[in-house]
Order: sequence, then structure tokens, then C-alpha cells
Amino acid sequence: MRAMTYRGPYKVRVEEKDVPTIEHPNDAVVRVVRAAICGSDLHLYHGMMPDTRIGHTFGHEFVGVVEKVGSSVRNLQVGDRVMVPFNVYCGTCFFCARGLYSNCHNVNPNATAIGGMYGYSHSTGGYDGGQAEYVRVPFADVGPSKIPAWLDDDDAVLMTDALATGYFGAQIADVVEGDTVVVLGAGPVGLFAARSAWLMGAGRVIVVDQLEYRLAKAREFAYAETRNYNEHDDIVVELKKATDGLGADRVIEAVGAEADGNLTQHITAAKLKLQGGSPVALNWAIDAVRKGGTVSVLGAYGPLFSAVKFGDAMNKGLTLNMNQAPAKRQWPRLLEHIQAGYLRPSDVVTHRFPLEHIAEAYHVMSSKLDGCIKPLIIPSED
Amino acid sequence: MPYTAAKPPLPETPDELRARIPGWGADLDTANRPQVPRERSDLPNGAHWELPERQPETYPRERSIEHEMLTPVFGTAQPPHGLSGAIRRYSYERFSEARAAHWLLLIAADRVDAAGAHLRSLATLRPDNPITETGVLSELRRHPVASRRGRTDVRHQLLDPLIVAGPWIVGGVAVLAAVRALRRRV
Repeated sequence: MRAMTYRGPYKVRVEEKDVPTIEHPNDAVVRVVRAAICGSDLHLYHGMMPDTRIGHTFGHEFVGVVEKVGSSVRNLQVGDRVMVPFNVYCGTCFFCARGLYSNCHNVNPNATAIGGMYGYSHSTGGYDGGQAEYVRVPFADVGPSKIPAWLDDDDAVLMTDALATGYFGAQIADVVEGDTVVVLGAGPVGLFAARSAWLMGAGRVIVVDQLEYRLAKAREFAYAETRNYNEHDDIVVELKKATDGLGADRVIEAVGAEADGNLTQHITAAKLKLQGGSPVALNWAIDAVRKGGTVSVLGAYGPLFSAVKFGDAMNKGLTLNMNQAPAKRQWPRLLEHIQAGYLRPSDVVTHRFPLEHIAEAYHVMSSKLDGCIKPLIIPSED
Repeated sequence: MPYTAAKPPLPETPDELRARIPGWGADLDTANRPQVPRERSDLPNGAHWELPERQPETYPRERSIEHEMLTPVFGTAQPPHGLSGAIRRYSYERFSEARAAHWLLLIAADRVDAAGAHLRSLATLRPDNPITETGVLSELRRHPVASRRGRTDVRHQLLDPLIVAGPWIVGGVAVLAAVRALRRRV
């Protein structure tokens, strides 16, 4: 089969690989019809995530058609059209039993601090991802769901991470009616978080980014006020001024390790890999939220320590909520919202690439060229 | 303003927001939110096992020393090999996830793996091609100048060659100095 493969920092290509096989009785093999590149794939692409091995296939956002099932699979059949949450999880360990699917203890021998994910290095279990013609899906009875007939593949693929994560971010921000919510980052997850904050009754939503085309999308798609941090000497002061000196009730950090607002952080984090990522956005969140407020962290960071302003968080009495989203937990509610016409996930898609053009897709996404917000990869058609 | 108790008024009323924003307030009631309560034991999930059947271990699978056993299911995407594999195995066997050494060794192994793969590729019919594999050929079709206007990261990118090449140059000079010093002694 043809699959995207990692060849070292900033280098990927398409290679011929063996079609995945059933390695466990509850595995399925899925033929991928849509995959996406996620902002957090860029951490792998830039060589920031430990134990990213040459030959690894990225891609934790994908949907497809079931091609093969293992002997103990009961809930899926060959030919089913399925969406697969980005989390690999067993359903019954201590953590899964409590709904913490992203923290499953039975799928990632390489670490206990993080669960399993498709195509996200050996630090998350060593599973090849879905930017390929076929992918192995463990625990096929637990993770995947059949895609409702009325839902388009382009919308379904965004359910597998970006939309579910954005919605989850607004939930764990504990938004209540009338809250002022600041969202840092206007990528797909930030846009979905902003939109979700309205569903939860926010009174005001402000999105911060440095790219004008993304801010335009935040105004149009997420109905948000926007701030370009490059237009302000100090974005935290600007946000404080915009919120009557109080600070926002909730700040959602949807940036993660690739933040680039400060030269020292750029060197130590992005280039020398001595931090788990640049915590610029995280520190802005801590500074811009009001005392007693909540910071919700969706941005992905590496496992190394980061220079986070923890003292300010403590002194301000903040609540810091964070996790990888247990994507499937959000699906029933999100499907209701999509069906009700409250949002259409594929509105954030800007680019489509055949799998053979994966190097170009990564370059465009990584360098934020051509107005790119969300690129889809098409390994095969329905 | 924060010097008095009242919360500042919102620019729009709930009715105005409801009229302007599709679905505004649909999840006002926190009980409607899937993540409430955060830890729930009543969620159906399709699992029909207490402890999943164990996937066969076809090679000595590396694992964190914080795990008591190899997890029932695991990825087999790229088994460790060569020098990078030795570094990875040492990191997994010696250091817990709490130690920076664990992660820094894994990142070092990644670099060794990348350099080794690049060298090996030169002996194949399809050597690594830094032009096609970085996707840089797409630049001209993708509005390279307009896309980068006014961005913070672009200012930093000008320094990147120095930051990336600098340690190599300093390292090379240090090795040269060490060799010279050794020669003088001999």
C-alpha cells in the first residue's frame, strides 16, 4: 500500500508499505478515504516529539471503510463506513472505566503519562497512522463508530479530533452564561472551541492569532471578536483593557508547542528541543485570565518540562483544566448539533491533497502558506 | 472595572446573541455537556472483556519502567534497530518518564535514526531527496511572500540557519581544537 512516511525533521515522502494485518483478535483494518493533517502533527514533523522513528506514518484524524475484522470483533462488519477517534483505547481499564479514554492504560507500553494515538510516535504506543491507504485499528468494538448516512466524509473526519477537541476545550473551560471567553489560536481547534463557547452560552468570545486570514475565519465562522497580537505591543494588556481590567473569565489555549512569540522560547523550544514546546501561549493564557478564572489547555506539548509561569497561576487562584480529548464521548452531542444546523465542521477545510502530494501538504500546513487552515488528504475515494 | 463589585455589562443580550449565533445557548445547562461529570462509569463503550486478550509479543517490545507489564495491545510500527535502537532500549530500561534523561535520549536516538536512514538511503535506488521530501517545490504556487507578510515566526526564521548550524560549527571547532591539542602532546 502507499503510505506517508517520516524521513527526519521536515522530510516526508510516500512509500510502499505492507498492508496492516490483524495483530489482535479485536483489531480491524480500515481502508482510509479521508485523513487530515492536524496542527499537532507538526510537532512530529518538526522533530519535537520524542521517539518519532524513521518510517513512521502519521495521521490520527481519518475515516474509512472496514476492510478486515479480527475474530472477536462484534460491532463492525466489512464494508462499514466508520469514523475513528484519534485515541486508541481499550474501554475497560481503570481510566477507560471512568470515561477518560485519552488516558487508557492498556494500549501504550512506551509511557504511562499518555494513552495511545494513531500515527503519533512511539511515545503514544507506536501505532502507524491514517495518512495511508490502510490502517490498523485496535479495539474495533470500542473506538470506531459507523458514520450516519447523512454525514459527509469531510465532516466526519473533523469529528475524529479537531471538532471534538475544540468542543471539549470549551467544556473543560467551564463556560457559563455570560462569560467572556478568550481563545488563543485560530487554527481549526481554536475556531471550533470559539464556536462551542457560544453553544455553552458565552457572552463574548475573543480570538487571538497573528495570521489575518485565520482571524477573518474566526470572525466569519466563529462569530468572534479578534485581536492580532502583532498589532499590539503587549497582547495581555490589550486583553485586559478589552475586559474592563478584569481579564477574561475563561481562556482556552489552542496553540500548543509550536507557539512562536518570543526569541528565547523559539531557540530553546523549537530549535534546541530543550523544552516540551514553547509555552508562550500558555503564559499568555495565565496572564490574560481573570483572578479565579479557568484556563483550558488544548494545545499539545511534549513530555519535557516547560518554563510555565506557575507562580502567577497559583497566586491568581486559577483552575487549570487540560487533557487530550476523549473524542468519542463528544460525538452524540456533536452529531445533534450538526444535524440541527448549528455548525458544519467542513467549513474550516481550505485545502485537499492526494496522498502522493503529502510533502507539499506538510510544507503548506507547516509554513502556513496559501491561507491554509485545514488540509485534507485523500488516500482513496469511496 | 475590577475596583468595584459589579461585573461589567455585556455588549449583547442573550436574545441578541441567540438571534445572531446558530445554536447559542444550546448547551447552557451543564448537564447537557458530554464531559459532565468528568469521570463517569456509566458510559457504554462496546468492550466485552474485563482485561483484553493479549497481543503476541513478536520481538522484545520496549516499554516504560513505570508499566508493570507489557500492555495487552501495542503498536508494532517501527521496532528499534541499530544504534538508535540501542539508545532507545537503554533509555526505556534505565530511566523513568520522570527523568529528563529518558526523553532527551529518545530525542537523541531520533536524530541518530534520521542520520542513519539518510546514509542508508544513499545506497538504495531511492535516496532521500531534500528537495521533494520537504515539499519546498510547492513554494512558488503557494503565495510565499504574501503568506509570510507581517508574521513573527518569519522574523525568527531569518535566525534559524545560525541557530541550527551554529552548534555544529562550534562542535566542529571544538573537535578540531581537541585533535590539535592531542597532537601537540604526542
